[in-house]
Amino acid sequence: MVSSDPILRLEGVVKKFGAFTALHGVDLEIREGEFFTIVGPSGSGKSTMIRLLVGMDEVTDGAIWLRDQRIEAMPANLRPTCMVFQSLALFPHMSVGQNIEFPLKLRKVASSARKERALELLDLLRLPRDYYDKRISQCSGGEKQRVALARALAFDPEILFFDEPLSALDYRLRKTLEKELKNLHQRTGKTFVYITHSLEEAMVMSDRIAIMKAGHFEQIAVADEIYGRPVSRFVAEFMGEVNLFEVTSRDGTTLESPCLTVKSGTTNESLPAGGNGLLMVRPEFIRFCGEDESPDYRIKGRLLEEYALGSRIQYEVETETGQILTVEKLRQDRASSGDIGSEVMLGFDAARTHLIKDT
Amino acid sequence: MQQLNQKLGYLSALPMLAVFAIALFAPLVVVVLFSIMPSKVFSLANMPDFSAYSVFFSQGYYKSLIWSLGMALASTVILLVISWPLAYGMAKVFRKFTLVLTIAVVMSLFVSENIRLFGWVLTLMKGGLIEGHIRAWTGVGFDSPLYGVPIIIFGLVYVYLPFMLFPLAQGISMVPDDARQAAADLGATRWQIFRQIDVPLAAPGIVVGCLLSFVLAAGAVAESKILGGQAVITITDDIETAFTFGQDWPLGSSLSVILIVIIGTLALFGISRVDLDQIMGRKR
Repeated sequence: MVSSDPILRLEGVVKKFGAFTALHGVDLEIREGEFFTIVGPSGSGKSTMIRLLVGMDEVTDGAIWLRDQRIEAMPANLRPTCMVFQSLALFPHMSVGQNIEFPLKLRKVASSARKERALELLDLLRLPRDYYDKRISQCSGGEKQRVALARALAFDPEILFFDEPLSALDYRLRKTLEKELKNLHQRTGKTFVYITHSLEEAMVMSDRIAIMKAGHFEQIAVADEIYGRPVSRFVAEFMGEVNLFEVTSRDGTTLESPCLTVKSGTTNESLPAGGNGLLMVRPEFIRFCGEDESPDYRIKGRLLEEYALGSRIQYEVETETGQILTVEKLRQDRASSGDIGSEVMLGFDAARTHLIKDT
Repeated sequence: MQQLNQKLGYLSALPMLAVFAIALFAPLVVVVLFSIMPSKVFSLANMPDFSAYSVFFSQGYYKSLIWSLGMALASTVILLVISWPLAYGMAKVFRKFTLVLTIAVVMSLFVSENIRLFGWVLTLMKGGLIEGHIRAWTGVGFDSPLYGVPIIIFGLVYVYLPFMLFPLAQGISMVPDDARQAAADLGATRWQIFRQIDVPLAAPGIVVGCLLSFVLAAGAVAESKILGGQAVITITDDIETAFTFGQDWPLGSSLSVILIVIIGTLALFGISRVDLDQIMGRKR
């Protein structure tokens, strides 16, 4: 479904609030039919970004293009886009049906056609048809979520924006709705732009993810690439548990680190001579080694803690240089050597590492 | 134990019940009883004949009632229109300035209504503060706007502004911002947001504000006397005259009962349509 043509394009978008700059000249292209997620910690500018995209705030500088139309100065009610609010912003004085029909009523669609469309949308969102006459206050959290979605879809937007709509829900419902949203995206073929602070939400649903930090995009890529090949320490750490070793390259061919023992000639990435970097390895790629194994990198350490994470077990290991490493194993692969306080040997292979060339 | 508590509860409510019975219901009962007595009697020990009610029609007292209700309606509509922007500002825009405004408006209530109205008379009368100064400076005078229906309505609007403004501001503050933003996002114009989001969600405040202003204005007497110079006679004016100069208690009582029934019906109808708990912020 995803075409290569951008439906939404940002050029040097700047947003200032007084002396504070929330967005520093952001460029972005979102493709037609894509599920695009913007992830960032609070204060990173992602909410400012979505307010600009839907027209609830004005850019200080720069341009926003919807296909070949410049829309940054267009008020929200004239833009052919629509947003699902974090609070959902359902109209409490209207029934479920009236909420869904609201955008159609504004366009003076005949009431029979409106009702027909509202019932279709109830079907699409797997709500019973008799919810049409229900009051909003009678709906559960998940049902309200679906009503808000139905209302946005009734608008038939070019792009559907989401401002952390799942953040207020409990874990199980969130998981269900994440999958439903992804499914809905596939069935409707619309362009979804989703904002969240939750990496998990982003990973489950998105075609591409943009990581935001302090008013600019740190990295924009598909989920696997952001997880496996982050461009910076910030992205690496934001995308879940990670082990980072500060490395230097004396001769431009091998990497060195105080706590790592490197089997020579194993690095598959390189730094210029004298360059510094971070060698990243995710916790699931570190293993406990026996005497007979010879991984590319070896580290001696002491087992500090063991945490059960459900299907996985997480270990904390302190190296001889005092760095704390995180190791994760599936429950069935639980390490047998694991007495708290005991000496362990850790190892991982160069193919599982990623070199971040910033420090 | 619970029974004892209940008994004590009823007992401790007795003094207040007595006050209500004596101060509120007893006069009402007396008024209702007098309203059905024959004309100009001063005792309830007469045969009821309802003649006072026929006088209401035959001697044109219904005209005073229509003036009262009409001017109350006009002032309520004007109050609603002029208070809305101010109330909206107080609820959504002014922030700290809202407190200053609230205090300013409430302060005006510290001065007696009559004194404030006489202040307007001194300001507006021929040779008064405005006309007098302008004539002294320019040599051109003009007629005083006093002593007419418009100035009475102005007086009602002026005096009852707080009773519209505050409930309205409270009502508007109950309109969630995100609902307005969502409506705009879904394509609603400002007018559509006003009609379909603001008005229905602020309705409890609108109803209470209108009810208070209308009820108070319909029972008002000072504005027509002081500013209006009795250009028109209001029903309350008639009631007062019947009891005092007219020495016709049954007539005064019957006029009172008619006013009470009309306003009481309106008030009950209005109150039944709003959720007072919601206004008081006890639930959303």
